[in-house]
Amino acid sequence: MDYAANLAMTLPELVLALGAIALMLVAAWGGPAATRAVSWTAVVVLAGACIALTGPASSGGSAFYGMYRADAFAAFAKVLIYAAAAVSIIMAPDFFKRTAGDNLRPEYPVLILLSACGMGIMVSASDLLMLYVGLELQSLAAYVLASFMRQDTRSAEAGLKYFVLGALASGILLYGISLVYGFTGSTLFDEVAGAYAAAPLTGNGKAIGLLFGLVFVFAGLAFKMSAVPFHMWTPDVYEGAPTPVTGFFASAPKVAAMALGVRVAVEAMGPAHDQWRQIVIFAALASILLGAVAAIGQQNIKRLLAYSSINNVGFALIGLAAGTPEGVASVMTYMAIYIVMTLGSFLVVLQMRDEDGQPVETIASLAGLSRSRPGLAAALAMFMFSLAGIPPLFGFYAKFAVFYAAVEAGLFPLAVVGIAMSVIGAYYYLRIVKTMYFDEPAAPYGRGDAVEGGLIAVAAVIISPLGYLLIPALTAWTLAAANSLF
Amino acid sequence: MTGGVGLIHYLVVAALLFTMGVLGIFLNRKNIIVILMAIELILLAVNINLVAFSAALQDLVGQVFAMFVLTVAAGESAIGLAIIVIFFRGRGSISVDDPSRMKG
Repeated sequence: MDYAANLAMTLPELVLALGAIALMLVAAWGGPAATRAVSWTAVVVLAGACIALTGPASSGGSAFYGMYRADAFAAFAKVLIYAAAAVSIIMAPDFFKRTAGDNLRPEYPVLILLSACGMGIMVSASDLLMLYVGLELQSLAAYVLASFMRQDTRSAEAGLKYFVLGALASGILLYGISLVYGFTGSTLFDEVAGAYAAAPLTGNGKAIGLLFGLVFVFAGLAFKMSAVPFHMWTPDVYEGAPTPVTGFFASAPKVAAMALGVRVAVEAMGPAHDQWRQIVIFAALASILLGAVAAIGQQNIKRLLAYSSINNVGFALIGLAAGTPEGVASVMTYMAIYIVMTLGSFLVVLQMRDEDGQPVETIASLAGLSRSRPGLAAALAMFMFSLAGIPPLFGFYAKFAVFYAAVEAGLFPLAVVGIAMSVIGAYYYLRIVKTMYFDEPAAPYGRGDAVEGGLIAVAAVIISPLGYLLIPALTAWTLAAANSLF
Repeated sequence: MTGGVGLIHYLVVAALLFTMGVLGIFLNRKNIIVILMAIELILLAVNINLVAFSAALQDLVGQVFAMFVLTVAAGESAIGLAIIVIFFRGRGSISVDDPSRMKG
Protein backbone atom coordinates (compact mmCIF):
# COMPACT_ATOMS: atom_id res chain seq x y z
CA MET A 1 0.00 0.00 0.00
CA ASP A 2 1.44 3.34 -0.94
CA TYR A 3 1.82 6.33 1.31
CA ALA A 4 -1.04 8.33 -0.20
CA ALA A 5 -3.54 5.54 0.50
CA ASN A 6 -2.34 5.43 4.11
CA LEU A 7 -2.68 9.17 4.49
CA ALA A 8 -6.18 9.10 2.98
CA MET A 9 -7.32 6.91 5.87
CA THR A 10 -6.09 9.45 8.40
CA LEU A 11 -7.77 12.34 6.57
CA PRO A 12 -9.98 13.47 9.51
CA GLU A 13 -6.93 13.80 11.76
CA LEU A 14 -5.01 15.63 9.03
CA VAL A 15 -7.89 18.09 8.55
CA LEU A 16 -8.05 18.73 12.31
CA ALA A 17 -4.30 19.03 12.83
CA LEU A 18 -3.71 21.35 9.86
CA GLY A 19 -6.85 23.34 10.68
CA ALA A 20 -5.70 23.78 14.28
CA ILE A 21 -2.24 24.97 13.17
CA ALA A 22 -3.68 27.46 10.68
CA LEU A 23 -6.18 28.77 13.24
CA MET A 24 -3.39 29.06 15.80
CA LEU A 25 -1.63 31.48 13.45
CA VAL A 26 -4.85 33.46 12.95
CA ALA A 27 -5.31 33.53 16.74
CA ALA A 28 -1.75 34.76 17.26
CA TRP A 29 -2.21 37.65 14.81
CA GLY A 30 -5.84 38.48 15.47
CA GLY A 31 -5.79 38.37 19.27
CA PRO A 32 -8.99 38.28 21.36
CA ALA A 33 -10.90 40.24 18.68
CA ALA A 34 -10.63 37.24 16.34
CA THR A 35 -12.19 34.81 18.82
CA ARG A 36 -15.65 34.52 17.28
CA ALA A 37 -14.27 34.14 13.75
CA VAL A 38 -11.80 31.49 14.93
CA SER A 39 -14.58 29.69 16.83
CA TRP A 40 -16.91 29.43 13.86
CA THR A 41 -14.04 28.43 11.55
CA ALA A 42 -13.14 25.71 14.05
CA VAL A 43 -16.72 24.41 13.86
CA VAL A 44 -16.38 24.37 10.06
CA VAL A 45 -13.10 22.43 10.40
CA LEU A 46 -14.87 19.87 12.60
CA ALA A 47 -17.64 19.57 10.00
CA GLY A 48 -14.91 19.09 7.36
CA ALA A 49 -13.39 16.30 9.45
CA CYS A 50 -16.85 14.69 9.62
CA ILE A 51 -17.13 14.86 5.82
CA ALA A 52 -13.63 13.40 5.51
CA LEU A 53 -14.96 10.38 7.43
CA THR A 54 -17.12 9.37 4.48
CA GLY A 55 -14.08 8.33 2.41
CA PRO A 56 -11.54 5.59 3.15
CA ALA A 57 -11.30 6.93 6.72
CA SER A 58 -14.38 4.92 7.70
CA SER A 59 -13.80 1.74 5.74
CA GLY A 60 -10.17 1.57 4.66
CA GLY A 61 -9.05 -0.99 7.22
CA SER A 62 -5.48 -1.09 8.49
CA ALA A 63 -3.01 1.68 7.73
CA PHE A 64 0.63 2.41 8.55
CA TYR A 65 1.72 -1.22 9.02
CA GLY A 66 -1.21 -2.02 11.30
CA MET A 67 -0.71 0.88 13.71
CA TYR A 68 -3.85 2.76 12.69
CA ARG A 69 -7.29 1.38 11.92
CA ALA A 70 -9.90 3.17 9.83
CA ASP A 71 -13.07 1.17 10.47
CA ALA A 72 -16.77 1.74 11.17
CA PHE A 73 -16.21 1.63 14.93
CA ALA A 74 -13.68 4.47 14.82
CA ALA A 75 -15.90 6.43 12.43
CA PHE A 76 -18.93 6.20 14.72
CA ALA A 77 -16.93 7.30 17.77
CA LYS A 78 -15.40 10.15 15.77
CA VAL A 79 -18.79 11.47 14.69
CA LEU A 80 -19.83 11.64 18.37
CA ILE A 81 -16.53 13.26 19.36
CA TYR A 82 -16.64 15.90 16.63
CA ALA A 83 -20.27 16.77 17.36
CA ALA A 84 -19.57 17.17 21.08
CA ALA A 85 -16.47 19.27 20.36
CA ALA A 86 -18.43 21.53 18.01
CA VAL A 87 -21.13 22.13 20.64
CA SER A 88 -18.43 22.87 23.24
CA ILE A 89 -16.96 25.49 20.92
CA ILE A 90 -20.31 27.10 20.08
CA MET A 91 -21.38 27.47 23.71
CA ALA A 92 -18.12 29.05 24.88
CA PRO A 93 -17.73 32.64 23.54
CA ASP A 94 -20.74 34.16 25.34
CA PHE A 95 -19.73 32.53 28.60
CA PHE A 96 -16.12 33.70 28.45
CA LYS A 97 -17.20 37.17 27.36
CA ARG A 98 -19.36 37.61 30.47
CA THR A 99 -16.92 36.23 33.08
CA ALA A 100 -14.93 38.60 35.25
CA GLY A 101 -11.72 39.58 33.48
CA ASP A 102 -13.08 38.80 30.00
CA ASN A 103 -11.53 35.45 29.18
CA LEU A 104 -12.63 35.50 25.55
CA ARG A 105 -9.50 34.13 23.88
CA PRO A 106 -9.07 32.51 20.44
CA GLU A 107 -6.87 29.72 21.85
CA TYR A 108 -9.94 27.96 23.22
CA PRO A 109 -11.29 26.57 19.90
CA VAL A 110 -7.75 25.72 18.79
CA LEU A 111 -7.16 23.64 21.93
CA ILE A 112 -10.49 21.87 21.44
CA LEU A 113 -9.49 21.02 17.85
CA LEU A 114 -6.16 19.60 19.01
CA SER A 115 -7.89 17.61 21.72
CA ALA A 116 -10.42 16.27 19.18
CA CYS A 117 -7.53 15.28 16.90
CA GLY A 118 -5.95 13.36 19.81
CA MET A 119 -9.26 11.63 20.50
CA GLY A 120 -9.53 10.63 16.83
CA ILE A 121 -6.11 9.01 17.09
CA MET A 122 -7.17 7.26 20.32
CA VAL A 123 -10.24 5.62 18.83
CA SER A 124 -8.35 4.60 15.67
CA ALA A 125 -5.23 3.32 17.41
CA SER A 126 -4.39 -0.32 16.91
CA ASP A 127 -0.93 -0.08 18.40
CA LEU A 128 0.07 0.74 21.98
CA LEU A 129 2.33 3.56 20.78
CA MET A 130 -0.47 5.22 18.81
CA LEU A 131 -2.75 4.76 21.81
CA TYR A 132 -0.28 6.60 24.03
CA VAL A 133 0.40 9.44 21.62
CA GLY A 134 -3.32 10.04 20.98
CA LEU A 135 -4.13 9.94 24.66
CA GLU A 136 -1.42 12.45 25.50
CA LEU A 137 -2.42 14.83 22.71
CA GLN A 138 -5.95 14.79 24.08
CA SER A 139 -4.85 15.12 27.72
CA LEU A 140 -2.27 17.88 27.28
CA ALA A 141 -4.82 20.08 25.52
CA ALA A 142 -7.37 19.24 28.23
CA TYR A 143 -5.03 20.27 31.08
CA VAL A 144 -4.70 23.72 29.54
CA LEU A 145 -8.46 23.98 28.94
CA ALA A 146 -9.23 23.16 32.59
CA SER A 147 -7.13 26.11 33.78
CA PHE A 148 -8.32 28.39 31.01
CA MET A 149 -9.72 31.15 33.28
CA ARG A 150 -6.38 32.32 34.56
CA GLN A 151 -7.60 34.80 37.17
CA ASP A 152 -9.98 32.30 38.76
CA THR A 153 -8.19 30.34 41.50
CA ARG A 154 -10.71 27.50 41.22
CA SER A 155 -9.90 27.08 37.52
CA ALA A 156 -6.16 27.01 38.23
CA GLU A 157 -6.71 24.48 40.99
CA ALA A 158 -8.83 22.32 38.69
CA GLY A 159 -6.10 22.44 36.04
CA LEU A 160 -3.42 21.52 38.56
CA LYS A 161 -5.38 18.59 40.01
CA TYR A 162 -6.27 17.33 36.55
CA PHE A 163 -2.65 17.61 35.46
CA VAL A 164 -1.14 15.80 38.45
CA LEU A 165 -3.65 12.95 38.50
CA GLY A 166 -3.75 12.75 34.69
CA ALA A 167 0.02 12.46 34.53
CA LEU A 168 -0.10 9.77 37.21
CA ALA A 169 -2.71 7.87 35.17
CA SER A 170 -0.56 8.17 32.03
CA GLY A 171 2.35 6.80 34.06
CA ILE A 172 0.30 3.83 35.26
CA LEU A 173 -0.94 3.18 31.71
CA LEU A 174 2.61 3.40 30.34
CA TYR A 175 3.94 1.02 32.95
CA GLY A 176 1.24 -1.42 31.90
CA ILE A 177 2.13 -0.90 28.25
CA SER A 178 5.81 -1.58 28.97
CA LEU A 179 4.89 -4.86 30.69
CA VAL A 180 2.54 -5.87 27.88
CA TYR A 181 5.27 -5.10 25.34
CA GLY A 182 7.88 -7.00 27.31
CA PHE A 183 5.82 -10.13 27.85
CA THR A 184 4.16 -10.27 24.42
CA GLY A 185 7.07 -8.94 22.35
CA SER A 186 4.99 -6.49 20.34
CA THR A 187 2.96 -3.32 20.62
CA LEU A 188 0.57 -4.12 17.75
CA PHE A 189 -2.90 -5.05 19.01
CA ASP A 190 -3.12 -8.09 16.71
CA GLU A 191 0.17 -9.54 17.89
CA VAL A 192 -0.59 -8.72 21.52
CA ALA A 193 -3.88 -10.63 21.15
CA GLY A 194 -1.98 -13.53 19.62
CA ALA A 195 0.41 -13.62 22.58
CA TYR A 196 -2.47 -13.51 25.08
CA ALA A 197 -4.16 -16.36 23.23
CA ALA A 198 -0.99 -18.47 23.12
CA ALA A 199 0.11 -18.10 26.76
CA PRO A 200 -1.70 -19.89 29.58
CA LEU A 201 -2.98 -17.10 31.82
CA THR A 202 -2.50 -18.92 35.10
CA GLY A 203 0.45 -20.28 36.98
CA ASN A 204 3.79 -19.39 35.46
CA GLY A 205 5.87 -16.22 35.64
CA LYS A 206 4.98 -15.04 32.14
CA ALA A 207 1.28 -15.22 33.00
CA ILE A 208 1.83 -12.93 35.98
CA GLY A 209 3.61 -10.40 33.78
CA LEU A 210 0.81 -10.49 31.20
CA LEU A 211 -1.87 -10.06 33.86
CA PHE A 212 -0.02 -7.20 35.58
CA GLY A 213 0.25 -5.45 32.23
CA LEU A 214 -3.47 -5.92 31.63
CA VAL A 215 -4.40 -4.60 35.08
CA PHE A 216 -2.18 -1.52 34.76
CA VAL A 217 -3.49 -0.71 31.28
CA PHE A 218 -7.10 -0.97 32.45
CA ALA A 219 -6.33 1.15 35.52
CA GLY A 220 -4.95 3.91 33.29
CA LEU A 221 -7.96 3.72 30.98
CA ALA A 222 -10.39 3.71 33.93
CA PHE A 223 -8.89 7.01 35.02
CA LYS A 224 -9.47 8.56 31.63
CA MET A 225 -13.12 7.47 31.59
CA SER A 226 -13.39 8.41 35.31
CA ALA A 227 -14.60 5.01 36.47
CA VAL A 228 -14.39 4.14 40.17
CA PRO A 229 -11.82 3.64 41.79
CA PHE A 230 -10.00 6.18 39.58
CA HIS A 231 -12.70 8.85 39.67
CA MET A 232 -11.36 11.06 42.48
CA TRP A 233 -10.29 13.90 40.17
CA THR A 234 -13.68 14.23 38.48
CA PRO A 235 -15.76 16.30 40.95
CA ASP A 236 -13.02 18.85 41.63
CA VAL A 237 -12.08 19.28 37.97
CA TYR A 238 -15.70 19.50 36.82
CA GLU A 239 -16.51 22.10 39.47
CA GLY A 240 -13.42 24.25 38.98
CA ALA A 241 -13.12 24.22 35.19
CA PRO A 242 -15.09 26.82 33.20
CA THR A 243 -18.59 25.48 32.40
CA PRO A 244 -18.13 25.04 28.60
CA VAL A 245 -14.90 23.13 29.32
CA THR A 246 -16.71 20.97 31.86
CA GLY A 247 -19.37 20.21 29.26
CA PHE A 248 -16.59 19.22 26.88
CA PHE A 249 -14.87 16.98 29.49
CA ALA A 250 -18.15 15.25 30.27
CA SER A 251 -18.85 14.41 26.62
CA ALA A 252 -16.11 13.98 23.99
CA PRO A 253 -13.19 12.61 26.05
CA LYS A 254 -15.57 10.13 27.73
CA VAL A 255 -16.62 8.76 24.35
CA ALA A 256 -12.99 8.56 23.26
CA ALA A 257 -11.83 6.84 26.44
CA MET A 258 -14.75 4.41 26.34
CA ALA A 259 -14.16 3.58 22.65
CA LEU A 260 -10.45 3.14 23.33
CA GLY A 261 -11.22 0.89 26.29
CA VAL A 262 -13.54 -1.22 24.14
CA ARG A 263 -10.97 -1.54 21.37
CA VAL A 264 -8.16 -2.50 23.77
CA ALA A 265 -10.41 -4.99 25.55
CA VAL A 266 -11.72 -6.62 22.38
CA GLU A 267 -8.86 -6.32 19.89
CA ALA A 268 -5.72 -6.42 22.00
CA MET A 269 -6.85 -8.43 25.01
CA GLY A 270 -9.82 -10.34 23.64
CA PRO A 271 -8.31 -13.75 24.52
CA ALA A 272 -7.97 -12.58 28.15
CA HIS A 273 -11.70 -11.94 28.26
CA ASP A 274 -12.29 -13.73 31.57
CA GLN A 275 -9.55 -11.71 33.23
CA TRP A 276 -10.61 -8.22 32.18
CA ARG A 277 -14.28 -8.96 32.63
CA GLN A 278 -13.77 -9.11 36.42
CA ILE A 279 -12.14 -5.67 36.36
CA VAL A 280 -14.87 -4.18 34.17
CA ILE A 281 -17.70 -5.63 36.28
CA PHE A 282 -16.15 -4.27 39.47
CA ALA A 283 -15.56 -0.83 37.93
CA ALA A 284 -19.11 -0.77 36.53
CA LEU A 285 -20.89 -1.61 39.78
CA ALA A 286 -18.60 0.58 41.92
CA SER A 287 -19.11 3.52 39.53
CA ILE A 288 -22.88 3.17 39.52
CA LEU A 289 -23.05 2.92 43.31
CA LEU A 290 -20.60 5.71 44.12
CA GLY A 291 -21.95 7.99 41.42
CA ALA A 292 -25.44 7.59 42.87
CA VAL A 293 -24.66 7.79 46.58
CA ALA A 294 -22.06 10.57 46.54
CA ALA A 295 -24.26 12.82 44.39
CA ILE A 296 -27.03 12.95 46.96
CA GLY A 297 -25.49 15.56 49.25
CA GLN A 298 -24.13 17.89 46.56
CA GLN A 299 -25.07 21.59 46.50
CA ASN A 300 -23.21 22.53 43.32
CA ILE A 301 -24.87 21.56 40.03
CA LYS A 302 -21.55 20.99 38.21
CA ARG A 303 -20.35 18.72 40.99
CA LEU A 304 -23.63 16.84 40.83
CA LEU A 305 -23.26 16.38 37.08
CA ALA A 306 -19.71 15.10 37.70
CA TYR A 307 -21.09 12.31 39.89
CA SER A 308 -23.81 11.76 37.30
CA SER A 309 -21.11 11.23 34.65
CA ILE A 310 -19.33 8.69 36.91
CA ASN A 311 -22.67 6.92 37.36
CA ASN A 312 -23.31 6.82 33.60
CA VAL A 313 -19.85 5.47 32.80
CA GLY A 314 -20.70 2.59 35.11
CA PHE A 315 -23.80 1.76 33.04
CA ALA A 316 -21.86 1.93 29.79
CA LEU A 317 -19.24 -0.45 31.23
CA ILE A 318 -21.98 -3.05 31.83
CA GLY A 319 -22.28 -3.32 28.04
CA LEU A 320 -18.52 -3.86 27.77
CA ALA A 321 -18.66 -6.54 30.47
CA ALA A 322 -20.98 -8.52 28.20
CA GLY A 323 -18.11 -8.63 25.72
CA THR A 324 -20.32 -9.61 22.75
CA PRO A 325 -20.83 -7.57 19.53
CA GLU A 326 -24.28 -6.64 20.88
CA GLY A 327 -22.62 -5.52 24.13
CA VAL A 328 -20.16 -3.29 22.29
CA ALA A 329 -23.00 -1.89 20.17
CA SER A 330 -24.93 -1.10 23.34
CA VAL A 331 -21.91 0.75 24.77
CA MET A 332 -21.77 2.96 21.68
CA THR A 333 -25.55 3.49 21.77
CA TYR A 334 -25.27 4.47 25.41
CA MET A 335 -22.48 6.95 24.76
CA ALA A 336 -24.38 8.50 21.82
CA ILE A 337 -27.49 9.14 23.93
CA TYR A 338 -25.41 10.09 26.97
CA ILE A 339 -23.56 12.94 25.26
CA VAL A 340 -26.86 14.48 24.10
CA MET A 341 -28.26 14.40 27.66
CA THR A 342 -25.04 15.68 29.21
CA LEU A 343 -24.40 18.48 26.73
CA GLY A 344 -28.04 19.52 27.12
CA SER A 345 -27.64 19.65 30.90
CA PHE A 346 -24.48 21.74 30.67
CA LEU A 347 -26.12 24.10 28.19
CA VAL A 348 -28.82 24.67 30.82
CA VAL A 349 -26.13 25.20 33.49
CA LEU A 350 -24.66 27.88 31.20
CA GLN A 351 -27.99 29.72 31.37
CA MET A 352 -27.76 29.84 35.17
CA ARG A 353 -26.44 33.33 35.86
CA ASP A 354 -27.45 36.41 37.82
CA GLU A 355 -28.58 39.75 36.40
CA ASP A 356 -24.94 40.86 35.89
CA GLY A 357 -24.18 37.74 33.87
CA GLN A 358 -21.99 36.08 36.52
CA PRO A 359 -22.46 32.30 36.66
CA VAL A 360 -24.50 30.81 39.53
CA GLU A 361 -23.87 27.16 40.29
CA THR A 362 -25.93 26.25 43.35
CA ILE A 363 -28.83 23.84 43.02
CA ALA A 364 -30.82 26.04 45.42
CA SER A 365 -30.82 28.85 42.83
CA LEU A 366 -32.90 26.60 40.55
CA ALA A 367 -35.86 26.93 42.93
CA GLY A 368 -39.03 28.10 41.21
CA LEU A 369 -37.44 28.03 37.75
CA SER A 370 -40.69 26.55 36.41
CA ARG A 371 -42.38 29.91 37.04
CA SER A 372 -39.64 32.32 35.86
CA ARG A 373 -38.35 30.27 32.87
CA PRO A 374 -40.85 27.46 32.13
CA GLY A 375 -39.14 26.36 28.91
CA LEU A 376 -35.70 26.06 30.52
CA ALA A 377 -37.17 24.24 33.52
CA ALA A 378 -39.00 21.78 31.25
CA ALA A 379 -35.81 21.10 29.27
CA LEU A 380 -33.71 20.49 32.40
CA ALA A 381 -36.46 18.29 33.85
CA MET A 382 -36.38 16.22 30.65
CA PHE A 383 -32.59 15.84 30.80
CA MET A 384 -32.77 14.79 34.44
CA PHE A 385 -35.58 12.26 33.86
CA SER A 386 -33.66 10.97 30.86
CA LEU A 387 -30.39 10.63 32.80
CA ALA A 388 -32.33 8.74 35.47
CA GLY A 389 -33.58 6.39 32.72
CA ILE A 390 -37.30 6.99 33.17
CA PRO A 391 -39.25 5.32 30.33
CA PRO A 392 -40.85 7.74 27.92
CA LEU A 393 -37.51 9.49 27.40
CA PHE A 394 -34.60 8.33 25.27
CA GLY A 395 -32.26 7.77 28.23
CA PHE A 396 -34.37 4.73 29.07
CA TYR A 397 -33.48 3.08 25.78
CA ALA A 398 -29.75 3.58 26.50
CA LYS A 399 -30.03 1.72 29.81
CA PHE A 400 -32.34 -0.89 28.24
CA ALA A 401 -29.72 -1.62 25.55
CA VAL A 402 -26.84 -2.25 27.97
CA PHE A 403 -28.92 -4.35 30.36
CA TYR A 404 -30.37 -6.35 27.47
CA ALA A 405 -26.83 -7.07 26.23
CA ALA A 406 -25.76 -8.11 29.74
CA VAL A 407 -28.74 -10.47 30.10
CA GLU A 408 -28.13 -11.95 26.64
CA ALA A 409 -24.54 -12.67 27.70
CA GLY A 410 -25.81 -14.47 30.80
CA LEU A 411 -24.76 -11.83 33.30
CA PHE A 412 -28.04 -11.89 35.25
CA PRO A 413 -26.64 -10.86 38.68
CA LEU A 414 -24.85 -7.88 37.12
CA ALA A 415 -28.03 -6.70 35.39
CA VAL A 416 -30.18 -7.13 38.51
CA VAL A 417 -27.75 -5.28 40.78
CA GLY A 418 -27.26 -2.55 38.17
CA ILE A 419 -30.99 -1.94 37.79
CA ALA A 420 -31.47 -1.87 41.57
CA MET A 421 -28.72 0.71 41.95
CA SER A 422 -30.10 2.87 39.16
CA VAL A 423 -33.09 3.46 41.43
CA ILE A 424 -30.79 5.09 43.99
CA GLY A 425 -29.47 7.34 41.22
CA ALA A 426 -32.99 8.47 40.30
CA TYR A 427 -33.32 10.11 43.71
CA TYR A 428 -30.92 12.99 43.12
CA TYR A 429 -32.07 13.63 39.56
CA LEU A 430 -35.64 13.92 40.83
CA ARG A 431 -34.48 16.25 43.62
CA ILE A 432 -33.51 18.81 40.97
CA VAL A 433 -36.91 18.49 39.30
CA LYS A 434 -38.58 18.94 42.70
CA THR A 435 -36.47 22.06 43.39
CA MET A 436 -37.47 23.61 40.08
CA TYR A 437 -41.18 22.83 40.28
CA PHE A 438 -42.18 22.80 43.94
CA ASP A 439 -39.80 25.07 45.88
CA GLU A 440 -40.36 28.75 46.66
CA PRO A 441 -38.84 30.84 43.82
CA ALA A 442 -35.27 32.09 44.25
CA ALA A 443 -33.86 35.17 42.47
CA PRO A 444 -34.57 34.79 38.73
CA TYR A 445 -31.75 34.34 36.25
CA GLY A 446 -30.60 36.90 33.70
CA ARG A 447 -31.69 36.73 30.07
CA GLY A 448 -30.83 33.59 28.08
CA ASP A 449 -28.81 33.22 24.86
CA ALA A 450 -30.43 32.53 21.49
CA VAL A 451 -27.90 30.04 20.05
CA GLU A 452 -27.62 28.08 23.29
CA GLY A 453 -31.41 28.08 23.61
CA GLY A 454 -31.67 26.56 20.14
CA LEU A 455 -29.12 23.85 21.03
CA ILE A 456 -31.05 23.05 24.23
CA ALA A 457 -34.23 22.68 22.15
CA VAL A 458 -32.48 20.32 19.70
CA ALA A 459 -31.10 18.19 22.56
CA ALA A 460 -34.53 18.11 24.21
CA VAL A 461 -36.20 16.94 20.98
CA ILE A 462 -33.64 14.14 20.54
CA ILE A 463 -34.16 13.05 24.16
CA SER A 464 -37.96 13.20 23.87
CA PRO A 465 -39.97 10.13 22.78
CA LEU A 466 -39.41 11.37 19.20
CA GLY A 467 -35.85 10.09 19.66
CA TYR A 468 -37.19 6.53 19.43
CA LEU A 469 -37.56 7.12 15.70
CA LEU A 470 -33.75 7.09 15.57
CA ILE A 471 -33.49 3.59 17.05
CA PRO A 472 -33.43 1.57 13.77
CA ALA A 473 -30.68 3.77 12.31
CA LEU A 474 -28.75 3.85 15.59
CA THR A 475 -28.98 0.08 16.01
CA ALA A 476 -27.80 -0.63 12.47
CA TRP A 477 -24.94 1.84 12.77
CA THR A 478 -23.70 0.68 16.20
CA LEU A 479 -23.94 -2.99 15.21
CA ALA A 480 -21.91 -2.32 12.07
CA ALA A 481 -19.40 -0.46 14.25
CA ALA A 482 -19.22 -3.28 16.79
CA ASN A 483 -18.92 -6.00 14.15
CA SER A 484 -15.90 -4.25 12.65
CA LEU A 485 -14.05 -5.04 15.91
CA PHE A 486 -14.76 -8.77 16.08
CA MET B 1 22.70 -15.48 33.98
CA THR B 2 25.24 -15.93 36.78
CA GLY B 3 26.98 -12.79 37.99
CA GLY B 4 25.93 -10.47 35.16
CA VAL B 5 23.21 -7.85 35.16
CA GLY B 6 20.13 -9.42 33.58
CA LEU B 7 16.66 -8.35 32.54
CA ILE B 8 15.27 -9.10 35.98
CA HIS B 9 17.60 -6.58 37.63
CA TYR B 10 16.41 -3.82 35.34
CA LEU B 11 12.80 -4.73 36.00
CA VAL B 12 13.32 -4.60 39.75
CA VAL B 13 14.99 -1.18 39.55
CA ALA B 14 12.15 0.09 37.36
CA ALA B 15 9.51 -1.30 39.72
CA LEU B 16 11.24 0.38 42.68
CA LEU B 17 11.46 3.71 40.85
CA PHE B 18 7.82 3.46 39.82
CA THR B 19 6.73 2.77 43.40
CA MET B 20 8.83 5.68 44.66
CA GLY B 21 7.23 7.95 42.09
CA VAL B 22 3.68 6.97 43.05
CA LEU B 23 4.46 7.29 46.77
CA GLY B 24 6.10 10.64 46.07
CA ILE B 25 2.80 11.95 44.73
CA PHE B 26 0.66 10.70 47.60
CA LEU B 27 2.97 11.03 50.60
CA ASN B 28 4.47 14.39 49.64
CA ARG B 29 3.15 17.06 52.01
CA LYS B 30 5.24 20.06 50.98
CA ASN B 31 5.60 21.29 47.47
CA ILE B 32 4.00 20.81 44.07
CA ILE B 33 7.39 20.88 42.33
CA VAL B 34 8.18 17.65 44.16
CA ILE B 35 5.09 16.13 42.54
CA LEU B 36 6.45 17.06 39.10
CA MET B 37 9.69 15.32 39.99
CA ALA B 38 7.76 12.23 41.13
CA ILE B 39 5.92 12.16 37.78
CA GLU B 40 9.25 12.28 35.96
CA LEU B 41 10.44 9.40 38.13
CA ILE B 42 7.45 7.30 37.03
CA LEU B 43 8.11 8.02 33.36
CA LEU B 44 11.81 7.19 33.75
CA ALA B 45 10.89 3.89 35.39
CA VAL B 46 8.76 3.11 32.35
CA ASN B 47 11.66 4.00 30.06
CA ILE B 48 14.02 1.65 31.88
CA ASN B 49 11.43 -1.10 31.47
CA LEU B 50 10.97 -0.39 27.77
CA VAL B 51 14.68 -0.28 26.97
CA ALA B 52 15.43 -3.37 29.05
CA PHE B 53 12.68 -5.34 27.30
CA SER B 54 13.82 -3.98 23.97
CA ALA B 55 17.34 -5.29 24.57
CA ALA B 56 16.10 -8.63 25.89
CA LEU B 57 13.71 -9.15 22.98
CA GLN B 58 16.22 -7.95 20.35
CA ASP B 59 13.44 -5.66 19.07
CA LEU B 60 13.80 -1.93 18.41
CA VAL B 61 10.19 -0.92 19.08
CA GLY B 62 10.80 -0.52 22.81
CA GLN B 63 13.58 1.99 22.26
CA VAL B 64 11.50 3.98 19.78
CA PHE B 65 8.70 3.98 22.36
CA ALA B 66 11.13 5.30 24.98
CA MET B 67 11.99 8.21 22.68
CA PHE B 68 8.30 9.06 22.34
CA VAL B 69 7.86 8.90 26.12
CA LEU B 70 10.80 11.27 26.62
CA THR B 71 9.38 13.75 24.12
CA VAL B 72 5.88 13.71 25.54
CA ALA B 73 7.29 14.00 29.08
CA ALA B 74 9.05 17.21 28.06
CA GLY B 75 5.78 18.68 26.78
CA GLU B 76 3.97 17.50 29.88
CA SER B 77 6.48 19.21 32.19
CA ALA B 78 6.17 22.46 30.24
CA ILE B 79 2.39 22.46 30.63
CA GLY B 80 2.64 21.43 34.28
CA LEU B 81 5.01 24.29 35.07
CA ALA B 82 2.76 26.76 33.24
CA ILE B 83 -0.23 25.64 35.30
CA ILE B 84 1.83 25.94 38.49
CA VAL B 85 2.74 29.52 37.53
CA ILE B 86 -0.91 30.61 37.19
CA PHE B 87 -1.76 28.68 40.36
CA PHE B 88 0.98 30.61 42.19
CA ARG B 89 -0.18 33.96 40.79
CA GLY B 90 -3.68 33.28 42.06
CA ARG B 91 -2.84 32.49 45.66
CA GLY B 92 0.84 33.27 46.27
CA SER B 93 1.87 29.77 47.32
CA ILE B 94 2.44 26.35 45.77
CA SER B 95 2.21 24.42 49.00
CA VAL B 96 0.27 21.15 48.91
CA ASP B 97 -1.18 21.92 52.36
CA ASP B 98 -2.83 25.12 51.21
CA PRO B 99 -6.51 24.39 51.67
CA SER B 100 -8.53 23.53 48.62
CA ARG B 101 -11.08 25.99 47.23
CA MET B 102 -13.46 23.15 46.50
CA LYS B 103 -15.06 20.69 48.86
CA GLY B 104 -17.24 17.60 48.68
